[in-house]
Amino acid sequence: MISTDVILDTANILMEKAAIDIPDDYLTGLKKAADEEEGDLSSFVLQAMLENYEAAKEDRRAMCGDTGTPRWYVKFGNEAQVTGGPIALEETLRRATADSTKRIPLRPNRVHPLWRTDHNNNIGIGAPEIEYGFEPEGSWIDITTVHKGGLFGTDYRMLFPGDGIEGIKRFYLDSLVAFGRRGLACQPAIIGIGLGGSKDTSMVLGKRAACLRIVGDRNPDPEIAKLEDEFKEIGNSIGMGAMGFVGKSMVIDCHIEVGCCHTGGMPMSVHAFCLSSRRASARLHADGSVEFRTDPQWFTPYQRRETVEWPLNNQNSQKSA
Amino acid sequence: MAPKQSKLTKVRLSTSPSPEDLRALKIGDIVYLDGTVYTGREGVYKKILEDGADMPVPLPALSGANFHCSPAAIREEDGRFKVSAVTATASFRFSKWLERWFKASGAKLIIGKGGMTGKDYKEVFVPNGAIYLTTVGYGTGALLGRGVKRVHSANWLEELGIAQAMWVLEVENFGPFIVDSDLDGNSLFERENAKIAAGLAKAYEGTRPATLKRYGETDDRNDEVI
Repeated sequence: MISTDVILDTANILMEKAAIDIPDDYLTGLKKAADEEEGDLSSFVLQAMLENYEAAKEDRRAMCGDTGTPRWYVKFGNEAQVTGGPIALEETLRRATADSTKRIPLRPNRVHPLWRTDHNNNIGIGAPEIEYGFEPEGSWIDITTVHKGGLFGTDYRMLFPGDGIEGIKRFYLDSLVAFGRRGLACQPAIIGIGLGGSKDTSMVLGKRAACLRIVGDRNPDPEIAKLEDEFKEIGNSIGMGAMGFVGKSMVIDCHIEVGCCHTGGMPMSVHAFCLSSRRASARLHADGSVEFRTDPQWFTPYQRRETVEWPLNNQNSQKSA
Repeated sequence: MAPKQSKLTKVRLSTSPSPEDLRALKIGDIVYLDGTVYTGREGVYKKILEDGADMPVPLPALSGANFHCSPAAIREEDGRFKVSAVTATASFRFSKWLERWFKASGAKLIIGKGGMTGKDYKEVFVPNGAIYLTTVGYGTGALLGRGVKRVHSANWLEELGIAQAMWVLEVENFGPFIVDSDLDGNSLFERENAKIAAGLAKAYEGTRPATLKRYGETDDRNDEVI
């Protein structure tokens, strides 16, 4: 049984880590881009960002003043149990969001869309989002927080099978150029592409591809992995760098996630995470221990399964239950 | 990794700059500010320009620098402020208020994210003797947070909320910023867009336009979304 006390403490730590500490995988990718960048303005921007990460870490202050819209991804091992059940879990994550907003502090970005009412704690109707996933074995829960910015760099389009890879490339370039100008997308970023599913699924897949996979990770389908490499290369060949200045650093990595879609269509979404790539994860075990990490490990073979059944290892599940 | 040597010019600038100070700046220069800046975005513009509220602090006597920003900040229970990170928000959305804002505030520096259009610079900034400074990144929130020495006041904090309140911040070596527009209305972003546009046709080779058009869609790659 995982207690809400442990969840609250862990969630508060995750909020702080996400806001303040740049994940290692992204930092390594950005340093490589900074080494290779030749544009003088783009180079200046990347160096300033590297200094900014150090300042955030030293002062324990948020990397960026726009601390995004915090959200949660929760994954349950099949045998996991939480004190008070899912309702208590959700209340705990909402409490951690509110408490951390005041403590760190974060910017209270969440307002009512019409009345612009701000509760000053990043809590409101539908905020923060809490999304769920499950894994076949284990009595742990994984909690990930992502603080993605909310305004620019993301787009959706209904393509058709006849549009093919050429059409996918076109929409990818359109999105990068449209939001890359003036640096509205806060590039260079991890770009996530969602292909397939229905309209909403395509958006969810693309967002998760951007925010829940780390730099260097590749899709297990070798053909999709090749596309990821190719799309990273294409994005960095536009001639545009940080802030839309002349340069070649647009894409730190490109991740593609697919979902099966209507036979007549090929919905596509493009998402740009940002220069702060705010994410942090932890695994909470039934014995009360907690392991922190920066890789959400969201996309497992189970998340990408194609079959009806998924045989459980019953012996294991009985032991840990 | 050794930091690369930058050829860019770096300047310390007052938040109430003289016309000569501004005349000396070139687009692409790097600026660090000393003095006082205030945040003002849609909430403040509406309050003062549309609802007719009085200016809560004397402008431009106190500051000539309007920052399109909401800080990650909080007022503690003992009344003291804690400022974490400070980053700009995209400025193009505030275009419709700026002419009246220049008249009301006497601002000489608009600081924000992403600049405004060349048209805004020529028609609104130049006649008011003002320039635009863009934040860097975006965003160097922690570096800018370090440059905030004291919160002078947070006006309409309860009414407008933390994000939209008018924060008056005393700053020192506050930056970096990049000069996007000069006193003649030239735009760094538009100069860079033009350079990049020249190579776009090559980047688009081997792609095809979507079968299903969007109503009103254009394929003109010189277009901008702002």
